[in-house]
Amino acid sequence: MITPKSEEKVLPISIPKDSPWQRLRAYFQRDTTVGYLFISPALLLLLTLVAYPFCIALYFSVSNTMVGVPGSFVGFRNFINLLHNDIFLQTLQNSFIFTSVSVFFKTILGLALALLLNQRLWFKKFIRGAVLLPFVIPTALSTLGWWWMFDSLYSVVNWTLYHLGLLRSPSELNWLGTPYLAMAAVIIVNVWRGLPFFAISILAGLVAIPRELYEAAETDGAGKVSKFFYITLPLLRPVLVIVVLFSTIFTLSDFNIVYVLTRGGPINSTHLFATLANQVGLVSGNIGEGAAISLFLFPILVIIVYFQLKMIRKE
Amino acid sequence: MLVTSFKDDGELYDLDSIPFWIYKGVVLSHYRFLLAETPFLTWIGNSLTASVLSTIISVIISVLAAYSLARLNFRGAHSFGIAIFITYLVPPALLFLPLSQVVHKLGLSDSIWSLVLTYPTFLVPFCTWLLLGYFKTVPREIEECAMVDGATRFQTLTKIVLPVATPGIICATLFSFTLSWNEFLYALTFISSTAQKTATVGITGDLIRGDIYYWGSLMAGAVLGSVPIVIAYVFFLDYYVSGLTAGAIK
Repeated sequence: MITPKSEEKVLPISIPKDSPWQRLRAYFQRDTTVGYLFISPALLLLLTLVAYPFCIALYFSVSNTMVGVPGSFVGFRNFINLLHNDIFLQTLQNSFIFTSVSVFFKTILGLALALLLNQRLWFKKFIRGAVLLPFVIPTALSTLGWWWMFDSLYSVVNWTLYHLGLLRSPSELNWLGTPYLAMAAVIIVNVWRGLPFFAISILAGLVAIPRELYEAAETDGAGKVSKFFYITLPLLRPVLVIVVLFSTIFTLSDFNIVYVLTRGGPINSTHLFATLANQVGLVSGNIGEGAAISLFLFPILVIIVYFQLKMIRKE
Repeated sequence: MLVTSFKDDGELYDLDSIPFWIYKGVVLSHYRFLLAETPFLTWIGNSLTASVLSTIISVIISVLAAYSLARLNFRGAHSFGIAIFITYLVPPALLFLPLSQVVHKLGLSDSIWSLVLTYPTFLVPFCTWLLLGYFKTVPREIEECAMVDGATRFQTLTKIVLPVATPGIICATLFSFTLSWNEFLYALTFISSTAQKTATVGITGDLIRGDIYYWGSLMAGAVLGSVPIVIAYVFFLDYYVSGLTAGAIK
């Protein structure tokens, strides 16, 4: 998309110069006019409801604003307080573990699932439809289903493990009441929910790999394993990078799953930036500090945007 | 396979209240309770209103924006494209606190209109990006023909480009509807009164009273709350697949 000088664009219709009505009409036919006219609603929306709130967030983060009470400037005190706050440090650690483990499993399992879907399968359309379902149903509601499955009294997960002989009693594991298990539960649900996106995107990448490459490799005597590592993986790299970057930012800023499943508990062991920001900013009313917590997402966002744009430029 | 089994579990156990398999016969009482004794239908109505309106608004805004970015040469088009892509990556978690204050100042807090106003912030970047890909595939020549015949830009857009790009429009509409129906964070934080809640927030929040969980009606709610999306999904599976990959990769 290179923008040539807009003035050079000649009108496709010939118009006698003197009529003012036609001159007006011609003016509204110009690419520049129409372009600005068409893009202005979108631009207005993004300026007022994305850029402006972002500026407010910046202001909030350096103020001691409470809900309903305008605050005053306090410098970087919110950020300094946060870095000395055990709950926040815990949240940082949680976010790191949650994001890295989830994205890792989503990539590996997504790749496996995509390879599987790329085979000749019976009921292919049906299976593909079933795979996408977790992505389509409302996360908050499917998480309710998971909550029930993890619940200590009726835990379906424990029941299954018990009947497989892996547990001594059906109530041995208190999934949502034990910090490590709660984190595991939240990660499992996130992987379940994010997998379709990975699988389908990687599948699209797989389909785009020219068949001739495999045929050429086969005549050279390449086996299944070497075909995968020397053809499939390198050619999938751009897709993998984009999907992983994309998923990282949305996994890191996840709210629904943690909120419904654990509310950040037990003992703050599953709080992420979004849930903690909601807790501090709206439930406790300390909007300044809440905004500061949310803003910790920003540097990571910048890094991801940078790499994404670089990928797009390459294409 | 592991995944499919997990998912089947999720679905299966969602389906009815009785743990494990249905061995006592199917009970409809939870559904009856849900429909008669809770504001469930109000929530579904709110969700529908908010989703349909924000979808219509977003698709219109996005069609115009995507068309101008795909076809018209004007100064700054490239930067606008990048700006829209960046906002596409901004997670709602970054903006919900200040937005809640903006909504409050506008006097829209505690009403579904706050959602109609804010949902386009993540729908428009997504749809614009999606439609941009579709519009670029429409051959320039047929548009030029129409313009030679005296059609205005707006006429070429509505009469030539849109009919050709119909799959893209359907895809954008479906995704917008799904994303707004499933939205949770804004709906949770902007709205507090039961009568204005959307389905996702109402079901997860208001059906739980005290320490007793009404698992039966909770699950019934979860199933019914997903029904509109699943219906749309079953009918338009291919659009979902193409939208999902286009959104991320193009």
